[in-house]
Amino acid sequence: MTGLTVNGQHHEVDATPDTPLLYVLRDDLELNGAKFGCGLGQCGACTVLVDGAPVFSCLTPLALLAGRKVTTIEGLGTIAAPGPVQRAFIEEQAAQCGYCIAGMVMRAHALLARTPDPTEQEIRDGMNPNLCRCGTHMRILAAVRRAAAAMRSAAPVQAG
Amino acid sequence: MTQLAARRLRRLVLVVAVVLFGGGCTAGAIAWNPPIRPIAAPAPASFPAATVAQGATLAAIGDCAVCHTAAHGAPFAGGRPIPTPFGTIYATNITPDPTTGIGHWSLAAFRRALRHGIDRRGEHLYPALPYTHFTHATDADIAALYAFLMTRRPVHAVAPANRLPFPLDWRPLLAGWNLLYLHPGVWRPDPAQSAEWNRGAYLVQALGHCGACHTPRNGLGAEETGQALAGGKAEGWYAPPLQAGSPAPHKWTVAELTTYLRTGVDRAHGAAAGPMRQVTDELATVPAADLHAIAVYIATLMPPAPPTVPPRPAPVADSSATAIFAGACGACHAADAPMTRDGAPSLARSTAVNATTPRNVIAIILHGLPWRDGHAGPYMPGFADALTNAQVAAIAAYVRAHYTDRPPWPHLPAAVRAARHDQALHAASRSQAMRAASRDPAVRAASRDQIVRAASRDGDRT
Amino acid sequence: MTPVLSRRDLLGSGGGLLVMAAMPVAPVTSSPLAPPPPLPGSLRTTPLLDAWIHVRPDGGITAFTGKAELGQGLTTALIQVVAEELDVAPARVALITADTGRTPNEGFTAGSHSMQDSGTALLNAAAQARLLLVAQAAAELGVAEKSLTVANGVVHAPGGASRTYGALAAKLSLHTRATPSAGLKDPATYRVIGRSLPRIDIPAKLTGAPSYVQDIRLPGMLHARAVRQPSAGAILLHADTDAVSRLPGVVKVIRDGSYLAVVAAKEWQAIQAMRALAASATWRETTTLPEQSAIPGLIRTLPSRDIPVLTWTHPAAPPVKRLRARFTRPYEMHAAIGPSCAVALAEPNELIVWTHTQGVFPLRTALAQLLRMPKDQIRCIQVEGSGCYGHNGADDAAADAALIARALPGRPIRVQWMREQENTSEPFGSAMVGEVSAALDAAGRIVDWDYGVWSNTHNTRPVVGGLLLANAALPDPLPVPPPEPIPMPEGGGDRNSNPIYAFPNAHVVYHFVPEMPLRVSALRSLGAHLNIFALESFMDELAHAAGADPVAFRLRHLTDPRGRAAIAAAADRFGWATPSPRTPGHGRGFAFARYKNLGAYCAVALDLTVEHETGRIQLGRVVAAVDSGQAINPDGIRNQIEGAIVQSASWTLYEEVRFDRRRITSTDWSFYPILRFPAAPASVEVHVLDRPGQPFLGTGEAGQGPMAAAIANALFDATGARLRDLPLSAARVKAAIGV
Repeated sequence: MTGLTVNGQHHEVDATPDTPLLYVLRDDLELNGAKFGCGLGQCGACTVLVDGAPVFSCLTPLALLAGRKVTTIEGLGTIAAPGPVQRAFIEEQAAQCGYCIAGMVMRAHALLARTPDPTEQEIRDGMNPNLCRCGTHMRILAAVRRAAAAMRSAAPVQAG
Repeated sequence: MTQLAARRLRRLVLVVAVVLFGGGCTAGAIAWNPPIRPIAAPAPASFPAATVAQGATLAAIGDCAVCHTAAHGAPFAGGRPIPTPFGTIYATNITPDPTTGIGHWSLAAFRRALRHGIDRRGEHLYPALPYTHFTHATDADIAALYAFLMTRRPVHAVAPANRLPFPLDWRPLLAGWNLLYLHPGVWRPDPAQSAEWNRGAYLVQALGHCGACHTPRNGLGAEETGQALAGGKAEGWYAPPLQAGSPAPHKWTVAELTTYLRTGVDRAHGAAAGPMRQVTDELATVPAADLHAIAVYIATLMPPAPPTVPPRPAPVADSSATAIFAGACGACHAADAPMTRDGAPSLARSTAVNATTPRNVIAIILHGLPWRDGHAGPYMPGFADALTNAQVAAIAAYVRAHYTDRPPWPHLPAAVRAARHDQALHAASRSQAMRAASRDPAVRAASRDQIVRAASRDGDRT
Repeated sequence: MTPVLSRRDLLGSGGGLLVMAAMPVAPVTSSPLAPPPPLPGSLRTTPLLDAWIHVRPDGGITAFTGKAELGQGLTTALIQVVAEELDVAPARVALITADTGRTPNEGFTAGSHSMQDSGTALLNAAAQARLLLVAQAAAELGVAEKSLTVANGVVHAPGGASRTYGALAAKLSLHTRATPSAGLKDPATYRVIGRSLPRIDIPAKLTGAPSYVQDIRLPGMLHARAVRQPSAGAILLHADTDAVSRLPGVVKVIRDGSYLAVVAAKEWQAIQAMRALAASATWRETTTLPEQSAIPGLIRTLPSRDIPVLTWTHPAAPPVKRLRARFTRPYEMHAAIGPSCAVALAEPNELIVWTHTQGVFPLRTALAQLLRMPKDQIRCIQVEGSGCYGHNGADDAAADAALIARALPGRPIRVQWMREQENTSEPFGSAMVGEVSAALDAAGRIVDWDYGVWSNTHNTRPVVGGLLLANAALPDPLPVPPPEPIPMPEGGGDRNSNPIYAFPNAHVVYHFVPEMPLRVSALRSLGAHLNIFALESFMDELAHAAGADPVAFRLRHLTDPRGRAAIAAAADRFGWATPSPRTPGHGRGFAFARYKNLGAYCAVALDLTVEHETGRIQLGRVVAAVDSGQAINPDGIRNQIEGAIVQSASWTLYEEVRFDRRRITSTDWSFYPILRFPAAPASVEVHVLDRPGQPFLGTGEAGQGPMAAAIANALFDATGARLRDLPLSAARVKAAIGV
């Protein structure tokens, strides 16, 4: 058994330490957000946050996660109460098939946490690890801009 | 005091020595160079097409675009930060824009810059421009390069100011440096060697400036004499020896070198990473004969047989590192991974894994191999966000132990910390330059391949 | 409730997946009454109303479609159609998609036919169900039907009396034949159709609710992986099945001829076992592929069956100038982001397969043949997968799951392909060659047009078992039928080879090439991609030769008023008439097509910048105008066209399947690069030209061809270089524009 903290909850999972987080999330914890896309860190469909940083969960074995906190899209909000990035994606109707979209949200979330007021180029570069095949790019970019604006206006004004 | 700070201090002491020396020299007339009269930018049609085409090849071999192009910037318009041990230098605009580029430069001014590191107005250029190599280029090649650059699309762009500590921001100091380290003179062929070998040697030593990265540098940032191509550093990466010291466990053949230079990957050795990737991207456009000549020359410098490494006891298996490697690296690098079956070499073949320093293994674990903008080619995700420093060190140690018979790298955790630190500094200067550019309202309005319109100043110098 | 349905409910229990409730449904059979009158859409093949519409006791509506949600927004649009004609809130409509056990057989979800076929059927079925419900209410309330109104499933009489749909339906049978046309609303009164209702599936997808076949988890489910033949026809000589069967978690190793698979308790165990099994296997590989560099030219030279498409002969002014050109595209990949997946369960009397196939009924037939079992013992249930863009690995993964499940009865088996399996085993879009010549008269009008297109088939969809991938690995393979062309007017390789323009003289021939060097099948828009790329690039060349503006030149040759309106709208919104000042490397391009000359009209105007030093194209502003007939959900149409534009940009700029003389080498995204965010256009605007009351026109594939040609035309405008071979890679552009 290996200990794992996901979305604030501690779990003991029956998986070997080499098991990539993706399979533990999907098969042991029954979380659907992170998707298998390539298993190679090339498409971002499996993106989750580890201590707030975006990682490819398909290449993140449990052995790396002792004492670290995992956040998946399930931890950002619910249908009834979506988080700001999820809400922006819904408002922009930023999905076609949507298979890539949970990874997109997680990537965008990490980007906006590091760069709250990104330039267009920073958004495009920040989203570069993630692939969409339906061609929803324009809506995804719009959703990230919308989320950035919403999060800035919601955040307390900082001195200086 | 951190190791890094200590290194910096040692350098500063050396710098002060040079200041004193340079000061003495400056007293004389050595440091004074006359300006060269500005010319009206020559019409592109005034250059013969064949000369321009030859210049294009030489510019690719010389990697002009690699340094003189900022991220998302127009080619040759400068603005790319070049990290050096002394501070950050921003590459200049070498498009023929009259006010911010080299539009007013005559061939004589251009030749002087390449041969002597002096700009049109007579100011010293920093040796981040590898004029100690370019100085050996032939007149004809310099003229072709000039023809190529003067027929590029002019781009109005001013590079950010260099960030160098006092007194290094005082350019006349470079007169002293040049006196020590600049050895002008057109390259002389070795009559005992073939024409092809000589062609390769010329390209490597002059315009190709391979030694700028692959030769170790002294405390004043000059290439160590007698250590040509013995292995150096570039932007946080290790440029391995291209001579007898090559750690490659499989001897480089001419054909393999040619393939590697043209495609950035060779099945017996691996893929180009870090700054070398941009070099091989440039070389992809170079005629096969020139690449073959470079390969012929380099192959003769390489050891006749791969280094033999005395067997050493099998490493104690670290079950945690084994698990990390299986889960994080195995999808591509395990013996049965599809990439391996498709012909990518085992890590046992990797120069980086066999090198004396862990620098490249650490760098590639952290930063991977970037995407190539629609071109097919090797890619690797970076793990900087996924791995702690200790985990990076554990993987590096595992790879070294598992794939080579070489001794473990000492001080891995410190090396990882230093690599992170260097990268953070570099990333900061890069993103600062980019943000400055993209926040500029004029640039926002313009298309993305136009570049910074900063304060209007003559862009003649670095 | 049957066990099957309870499993299905379990599938939906996480929230929002597909099914609201299970209810008995009348068997889907054709009425014995004959001959049927012509009925609209898919009512033609499934004429009984209760095959499409069921009124629940609570007054909610369950509608049935034989089409599949592929991420194109079909579910939302069909719910709008039903809600509109039945006067219920969209939230009270549940839609059951393709399921051989429950829904009409509507063949494949392909060719941008869903709204034409299923949308039209549901529109009429809902309208006619409403007529029956209102008639029943009138009878019960003793008032004239005309005096009744319906609001959200409640029928109101003028005096205040009312009846709910639920109550009415209890006394009413919808097991009745549809009529050709009755009860349809006046489109001017639409309240749900024509609105951009938010997609019903998006909130679930944004919050991690189970939404895909990949998300199915059934009690006792095992994970399986197949080991694919490394090249077509490879024969398995040896595999260390014993050693692999002893690996942790491994439940079974299957070897049947050259078919190899592993089953394990956990997914990671299955993957590791699959890798070990693959590493242990030795194969005899026999296939020799052509040189990649010989493609697509090789397609031009292979034996072909020549199919005349059209011949027009009319008097015309004498030609004064003739142009010729040849256009090509390489093999292209569907390359879904999520590799193909299926879940199968072999029960004593039924094999159930959950699959993201585009055709549950044809797949059932093919599986029955492959497994040598009766068709009625197989149930195929479509559950959404990753977007497929045509015939990809979905059906083949379903076959894997079925084959493996049969070997482990009673255990649900989930199979997902690995990335390299998806990339090397899916059927690609065919390489193609188009050769065109045309003549202009002195007035700059096209007086003669000659076009020939060479292509493999664009349809090897598994209508029979022999066409499933696994068949070739099994010891006693089924025969593989020879490829057949799809006849015009829809066409396959010749789709959109017939010009929409009014040329006095034209001759078009489809050179159908049966021999397939690589396995190919339907990729979004089929031959229309290359044909429109060729036709619309060449229209630009001719406009240039005639000294005419490209937009004006098209209008000069186009009589179709809706086509003219689409062109005018795109040009107007783009600002074509007032060109921006020319800067080096900047160009603009225009292209237009009506998909199949039967579906949606789509005109695209765009600008781009070419980086002279590298040949790299950066797309700028893209403006499209689309006429899909009556727009059910304008934002859905915009989303589809935006997607087509960006996906086609990726095909056009980058994509090309790579292979050596034996194997496909585009095994992952590094060797099959597609468009990433930094290369996305600066902006994409899609203007929907609504045509209330006009038939629904297929939209999903309408943008692929015009976008490709608009890029090539803008490239020419920017650089003077005309590139006719796809992809328009930076290296090719650089080679064309020179130093």
